[in-house]
Amino acid sequence: MTKQSLEFMNLSITIGHLKLKNPVMTASGTFGYGEEYSEFFDLNRLGAIVVKGISLKPMEGNPPPRICETPSGMLNSIGLQNVGLKRFLKEKLPYLKKFDTPLIVNILANTIHGYVRLSKALDDAGVDGIELNVSCPNVKKGGISFGTDKKTLARLISKVRQTVKSAVLITKLSPNVSNIQELSKIAEDSGSDAVSLINTIPAMAIDIETRKPRLANITGGLSGPAIKPVAVRMVWESYNTVKIPIIGMGGIMNSDDAIEFMLAGATAVAVGTANFVNPKATVTIIEGIEEYLRRKSIKDVKEIIGGLNAAQSHHNLNN
Amino acid sequence: MSRYFTAEIIHNLPLNSKYGFLTIKPLEQVPNPKPGQFYMLAVSDSHDPLLKRPFSFFRKTPEGIQFLYEVRGRGTMMMKGFRGGKIINVLGPLGKGYPELEGNSTPLLIAGGIGIASIFPLIEAFMNRAYVFYGARDIAGLLMLNELKGLSEKLHISTDDGSAGKQGTVVDVLTDFLTHMSTLTQAKACGYSIYACGPKPMLNAVSKIALEKGIRGYVSAEENMACGVGACLGCAIKAKGQKSNPPLPPFTKGGRGGITNSESIYKMVCKDGPVFPIEEIVWK
Repeated sequence: MTKQSLEFMNLSITIGHLKLKNPVMTASGTFGYGEEYSEFFDLNRLGAIVVKGISLKPMEGNPPPRICETPSGMLNSIGLQNVGLKRFLKEKLPYLKKFDTPLIVNILANTIHGYVRLSKALDDAGVDGIELNVSCPNVKKGGISFGTDKKTLARLISKVRQTVKSAVLITKLSPNVSNIQELSKIAEDSGSDAVSLINTIPAMAIDIETRKPRLANITGGLSGPAIKPVAVRMVWESYNTVKIPIIGMGGIMNSDDAIEFMLAGATAVAVGTANFVNPKATVTIIEGIEEYLRRKSIKDVKEIIGGLNAAQSHHNLNN
Repeated sequence: MSRYFTAEIIHNLPLNSKYGFLTIKPLEQVPNPKPGQFYMLAVSDSHDPLLKRPFSFFRKTPEGIQFLYEVRGRGTMMMKGFRGGKIINVLGPLGKGYPELEGNSTPLLIAGGIGIASIFPLIEAFMNRAYVFYGARDIAGLLMLNELKGLSEKLHISTDDGSAGKQGTVVDVLTDFLTHMSTLTQAKACGYSIYACGPKPMLNAVSKIALEKGIRGYVSAEENMACGVGACLGCAIKAKGQKSNPPLPPFTKGGRGGITNSESIYKMVCKDGPVFPIEEIVWK
């Protein structure tokens, strides 16, 4: 392949008014606050960095064991351990701002007011995007309860929308719903710039020798290749319902997986559990997407979004 | 030099049906490990099992980096099948190792079962300066005995079933040792430094003894782990610390800072540990 044709390849996509140099970002909770992976590759190469969920007050997290491995996947019940808004702004944000990579902050609260306060503080601090975590399976209050109740979700997103001035607003949806289209539509109608899906799937595992649950919290969230087909299906269903961009995630290990999500309708993808297996997973995936586009003589990555060959595909490209 | 690299399997020798001895040669220049640090090794080329497995750094020789492992589950069963020439992905060295010995104190090196893998480099470093306490369930669980005998004249072996050394746990032997040291006084006890690695109940018991007798020391802990670099927050361990304090930067030398209050927080075994000062861990 010649250099010239490389120059013509466009990997950039947009989420709301936010331009990403490529469609590959990190999934919240799998990339720490960025620093943890900075020794392995240049964080400037990422489409966006999505950091661990932030709450108003620091959260201690759940007792161990917090994780266990399952076939082609893992369960986690971290319990949203995080440094809290104040320390994030003081200690983590200055470092992340050094990179020419948009920063998206995942947030979680117990109340709508809490989400609004977090959004305002982060928007004022100049973060590029805010991802509303309304789908964490591992905390009793907040989290998933917002993401599965339609009226509350609509009110929550609308309130945050009124607050946020410059950051793009992303709603992270739970797979633990009977109808993902409905919730995607609510997110769109309430002013979300994009939806991200899927969060982990509520799950559990038991040690039959001790009869104990493998996680101290008994249940946790399943991630990894095991959930990929569920996630691809939900991205596809969501894509056929809403016009806002979809950030697809769930078990993306390599560029083939990422491309599969994009063909199902994802504008961007987030890499999660794969970071644990290969700290350079995101970069490998970016290179793999380039390679695929080159091989298929496609000059713009946007051309593959929703590019599934299926009779019922009638969605227009939204980028 | 990257801590994420590929390595070739040089040897993978079964020590008996449950334990193996693995030597890997990095295919590029890699950072040097310190005693107490660990590596994460890929056991599968596929996504099942998905995660890398953490193993204590055992020894570095001109042949490569060596590990002792216990076959416990699917991952280590697959590892047992590694043949020479196979290429695997490796992450490491990770975590904080054992700090250097303070002053003229006498090290008490305590290993339970496969915990010997982590303690072994200390035995090599201290030789006859240290007392070594090594226990296992039975004789099959005692690894590298010949090497150990060559390294240390102060080796105290024990097995739960009495099939080798004294019958009893390593904690029993340690307790006897401390009781019967005729010259033992509080002041003398302060002249010891404990370094321990083994199963949780052993570490808990050793910590209790250390705190009672006023012996300072370190234990190497273990928890289920996914990333090894402090990102997933999976390998949490209850520890004393200040909630408001920023965590210490990773991989700095020494200087863990004093614990000024006893608030308990979760620390990460992979990044804050796996070696912790005894007084820092909050045992259940």
